[in-house]
Amino acid sequence: MSERRVRILVAKPGLDGHDRGAKIVARVLRDAGFEVIYTGLHQTPEMIVESALQEDVDIIGISILSGAHMTVFPEVIRLLNAKGVDHIKLFGGGIIPPDDVNKLKKLGVMEVFLPGTNTDHIVEFVNKKIKKK
Amino acid sequence: MKDKGKKVWEEKCFKPQLEKSGGERRNRFSTISDLEIPALSDPSDLGSWDFEEKLNYPGQYPFTRGVYPSMYRGRLWTMRQFSGFGTPKDTNKRYHYLLSQGTTGLSVAFHLPTIYGRDSDHPLSRGEVGVCGVAVDTLKDMETIFSGIPLDKVTTSMTINGPASVLLAMYIAVAQKQGVSKKQIGGTIQNDILKEYIAQKSWIFPPEPSMRLIVDTFEYCANEVPRWNPISISGYHIREAGSTAVQELAFTLRDGMEYVKAGIERGLPVDKFAPRLSFFFNAHNDFFEELAKYRAARRIWAKAMKERFGAKNPESMRLRFHTQTAGCSLTAQQPYNNVARVTIQALAAVMGGTQSLHTNSLDETYALPTEESATIALRTQQIIAEESGVANTIDPLGGSYFVEWLTDKMEAEAWKYIETIDKMGGMIEAIKAGFPQREIADAAYRYQKQVDKEDKIIVGVNKYVMAQSNAIKLLRIDPEVEKEQVKNLNKVKKARDNSAVKKYLSRLSNAASGEANLVPLILEAVKAYASVGEICDTLRQVFGEYKEVVGF
Repeated sequence: MSERRVRILVAKPGLDGHDRGAKIVARVLRDAGFEVIYTGLHQTPEMIVESALQEDVDIIGISILSGAHMTVFPEVIRLLNAKGVDHIKLFGGGIIPPDDVNKLKKLGVMEVFLPGTNTDHIVEFVNKKIKKK
Repeated sequence: MKDKGKKVWEEKCFKPQLEKSGGERRNRFSTISDLEIPALSDPSDLGSWDFEEKLNYPGQYPFTRGVYPSMYRGRLWTMRQFSGFGTPKDTNKRYHYLLSQGTTGLSVAFHLPTIYGRDSDHPLSRGEVGVCGVAVDTLKDMETIFSGIPLDKVTTSMTINGPASVLLAMYIAVAQKQGVSKKQIGGTIQNDILKEYIAQKSWIFPPEPSMRLIVDTFEYCANEVPRWNPISISGYHIREAGSTAVQELAFTLRDGMEYVKAGIERGLPVDKFAPRLSFFFNAHNDFFEELAKYRAARRIWAKAMKERFGAKNPESMRLRFHTQTAGCSLTAQQPYNNVARVTIQALAAVMGGTQSLHTNSLDETYALPTEESATIALRTQQIIAEESGVANTIDPLGGSYFVEWLTDKMEAEAWKYIETIDKMGGMIEAIKAGFPQREIADAAYRYQKQVDKEDKIIVGVNKYVMAQSNAIKLLRIDPEVEKEQVKNLNKVKKARDNSAVKKYLSRLSNAASGEANLVPLILEAVKAYASVGEICDTLRQVFGEYKEVVGF
């Protein structure tokens, strides 16, 4: 029986147009053997959750550098719960103060990768923490 | 003979010493952009190098040594700190503070809704109001931002692209209310849409109408606002997106050439608008690569303006530029180290002859700068200016064998890219084909892999790592800002003559479908307190919206 690969959605919410990190993370994860879908820019939380459902992903990675993370993450979490798909995990990265990282983790974001993260750690995180369906 | 000299040294001194001491530190030495560099440069590396052809004197073609004859002997570079956050009132306060501390020019950072031509009450603006720049919805906000700031004495740069013509119109209107005419004001709008498609991604409209709007500003400013730079052709963002220094240089200059072509096609004589085209480069970590980049940029531009576009006025051939130290080089780990990075980067910009400079703050990997960190960033420039001595003589590194070798190398590599893009049919075609975007994404990925493997070192990140980082105080934007801004916007909308706004927007819409210069009509709408969102939506309906081809 062939194993289904872990499916990851990499998303860029809001008006933030900085996609260098998101694209590198998407590429690194694809090179590591995961199925990666990249949403492109200017996604609303609704669009992200819709894509996650349509693509049947295991985890969503959100990249946000604009400072709007405390609005975006909670909204995505709320929508995932409302759709009854709270099994879909969340991780993120970008420009996020350490205090907010703690707040986000308390809300249920599994991990936040700040600037300077070695991309091997992100691959390791997905390998260890995300179970295939 | 020269060749024999260096080879003799290598065989008789260099290699033997290395054999005794355990070899070179690395197998390969390269710049941060991975350009291989030699152990030593000497005259033999310069080939048939001619002083007058390669350098000449400051203020003289090809301007390699600097665009003005007296450079910093006459006047220091403008210390122009990019700034803006929260409400217009918050930003006005910070501007007064910066001016009181020695900033010599202003630079406006707008929040993302304004950048995308939307108002603070738009559904997509939720959570974004005032958090990465100042909220500007109408002229009233600009009046507040510049309250108490004499626009006949202070010049302002505005980092705005899609809606650049709108913000320029607002600035003109604010000045007029102060009794300062369009002929007196000085400043810059970034207004460089090509690099938006390539790197910064804050576009609104598709390429053709965007270029039309840009050339409208060239024409309008050439005739009406003579001290204004209607464009800041940028490499900063291209570099931040992960490009190499050569790519930054080549794509920026090729963008510039595309704009010159567009102006000429409009029927503007090149010498009428070219003198006011300005540029904006990154100052990254690799000191000599950056220095060579700036010098090569001046030389390439001078040649292109003279030979490609037939410019006759030397002012058309002169590449004037602003520099910002590299945001992407700052680390979240051990943030005080960033002060050292910014110092080296700023030094490269100064020794490279920049006309104005922004130095980043140490906390910008976490948030917008606090007053304290913004002060340190400004003091960094002032220390370079007053204490280091580097501004006391012009182009001091000119004539260094290594610097001249590297300048020539950067120029040659950049021309390769420029010619490739020429063959693709120009920069707009290259963008449609995804060429510069792919080059940048590949370079960004390669660099990340090098950092992951510790092939390229970032202190505090992959070497000299500490478990605990210094805890620093961060700037927080009050969530009340969004409420206040929306409230003020509604107040303005209630108080203004709404039928006049409707009339002006309708005029603008009709003109947008034709060929008239849109700037005077935008100015009319802005003075009636039409909002950024209303004006841009009017144009969106005529021009459409740009959609990126998604890929990674």
